[in-house]
Amino acid sequence: MSVTAAKKNTQTGVQPPRPLKNISRWLALGVGILVVIVFFTFASEDWFTIVNFTLIAAIASLALNVLSGYAGQVSLGISFFMAIGAYTAALLGGTPPTSPLDPLGFGLSFFIWIPAAGIVAALVGALIGPTALRLRGFYLAIVTLALVFIGQYLFMNMRGITGGPQGRTFPTPAFGAFPLNQQNELFGVALTPGQQNFLLFGIILLLAALFVGNVMRSRAGRAFRAVRDHEVGAAVMGVNLFEAKMGAFILSSFLAGIAGALFASYISYVTPDYWSLTLAIQFVAAIIVGGVASIWGSILGAAFVFGLPQVIDYFSLLPTNTTGGLTSGNLNALIYGLLIIVFLLFEPGGVIGLVRRCQALMRKFSHHDEREGGEPAEIVDLSP
Amino acid sequence: MAYFIQLAFAGIAQGCIYALIGLGFTIIFKASEVINFAQGELLLVGAYIVSSGVFEWHLPFLLALLLGIAVTVIIGLLFERIVLRRMIGRPVFSILMITIGLDIVLRTAVIMGWGSNPIPAASPFTITSGFITGGVHFGANDLWTIAVTIVLCAALFYFFRYTKYGLAMRATALDQEAALAVGINIRTVYALAWGIAAAIATIGGVFLAIDSFAINPTFGNAALIAFPAIILGGIDSVSGAVVGGIIIGVITELTAGYESGVANILGAGIHEITPYLIMILILLIRPYGLFGTRKVERI
Repeated sequence: MSVTAAKKNTQTGVQPPRPLKNISRWLALGVGILVVIVFFTFASEDWFTIVNFTLIAAIASLALNVLSGYAGQVSLGISFFMAIGAYTAALLGGTPPTSPLDPLGFGLSFFIWIPAAGIVAALVGALIGPTALRLRGFYLAIVTLALVFIGQYLFMNMRGITGGPQGRTFPTPAFGAFPLNQQNELFGVALTPGQQNFLLFGIILLLAALFVGNVMRSRAGRAFRAVRDHEVGAAVMGVNLFEAKMGAFILSSFLAGIAGALFASYISYVTPDYWSLTLAIQFVAAIIVGGVASIWGSILGAAFVFGLPQVIDYFSLLPTNTTGGLTSGNLNALIYGLLIIVFLLFEPGGVIGLVRRCQALMRKFSHHDEREGGEPAEIVDLSP
Repeated sequence: MAYFIQLAFAGIAQGCIYALIGLGFTIIFKASEVINFAQGELLLVGAYIVSSGVFEWHLPFLLALLLGIAVTVIIGLLFERIVLRRMIGRPVFSILMITIGLDIVLRTAVIMGWGSNPIPAASPFTITSGFITGGVHFGANDLWTIAVTIVLCAALFYFFRYTKYGLAMRATALDQEAALAVGINIRTVYALAWGIAAAIATIGGVFLAIDSFAINPTFGNAALIAFPAIILGGIDSVSGAVVGGIIIGVITELTAGYESGVANILGAGIHEITPYLIMILILLIRPYGLFGTRKVERI
């Protein structure tokens, strides 16, 4: 009796555990960890610079994906929130001024300025959100675009914090007396600055990705997606539109603030025009190419838009003159501009969408006899 | 007083350029509900081709202008035909981003073709041409900008009001399905909208280039200042784009002219963001603009 019941269960759609899939997952994880370990041990400092920038860009892409990918609110203003985070970090963590012309800095610890960067950006987001989120579609896009320009004006003029047009230095992450821009020992192993930053950024990205992933699987995340897919429908189902949009806006600003602080601190010297519309559009390109509403998509997109040109430069495959022609930056911009168009036309899910499509195809072939094709045909003898 | 009039005059001329750029947005939006973020780059390509036509290929100015218009119109038509037509019915986010994709491609193509250093702007006038009355210099360039804007607006008004295709465009803007049902060829309407918008973009670009003497690849950002203009005027209104453009132009020039008096309070460069501040204010109190259609959201 119990045997037949179990059999019936498997037939009516309750998925039995599939050991093969789990094994392949573990395998993928194992290979991933191995690659990271090999990279970590053998890579040169140049490679660490490239990968570390990509890791930070991935955090910012994740931030934009929360707002634009999951919640469907178009934003061209991510660079503004990154700047807010960066200048909060600079104000709190920067070295105290030695002359009255220097920008301010309180010299506080890394453990204060990094969360503060996120929190202040989130607060600014909460302040702007109620006004901006009354608008939708391209109106919101234009207002966030205006935010970038207004931000640049403010940063140019708030010399005390931003250093004005000349820019200012940003604090380096430091654990107590161990700043990450010099060689330190961790458990008796000497680590280069690249390795230390890799660990730091990797851990922050991992935390951010886990957090975003879990939020998106929660009630709030489902509300975000409902708002994106159909506002009226979501409202009818009992989603509070304002709360959902604000939630996405604040979470996005928080992550963008942290990413901005890390960006500025890793470059160590930034002028206000760094936080431009171009930067914001690069992140938009990243999430479209990588995959909208996907965590892996954010990371892949960041690698493509921010990592690839540096890799091309590193191998000096193309001339690096700035007067035109086919430089790596130009080539990359051309490719991601074209890819935005191609992906939106043919595969709106981005690279991740392509991967999923391939997986679905593979599954169709390998599990053909088990799952696909509906119920087995029943032979009924009609002869009397 | 002469200073004020000078500024106001420069503002009106500047505003006419914004109006020309804004008209491009408005016409495409009216026909297909698409905001074309690549408008600024169409303008950029147009200005570069006109400049190259005059200085490198030694064409007469008018011929170069026609060449520039032809190239941008072809780009606009191809993009509409090959890309945008497949995007009908897709989310606003996707359509917006695909025009940003075109924007990136065009700008990069310009940088690759001409380099990122500024090149001189082609101009049929010299700086000093024009006339001076009561201490105010009415530059030939500014007068021409205003005159061309007036002529173009009159032509557009005539086109929309009295021609067959103008009527078809208005009908399509009002209700696509109903327009299809009465036998309007919507494809022609879309193509027409993109063609007109691209041509106007080039004309606006050439005047903008003359105004700033030189062009570089960031030139297309000027189109972003047309956003406040069209939102102020009402995004789907042709006369709104013109009025909005002139208001924004005059306010920007006046702020630029008088901001040195308050520089120690407001800092430098406030005139660069006054259009955006006005826009945000308008969006808060009257989101459909001065002349726009008040849209009813149905639940």
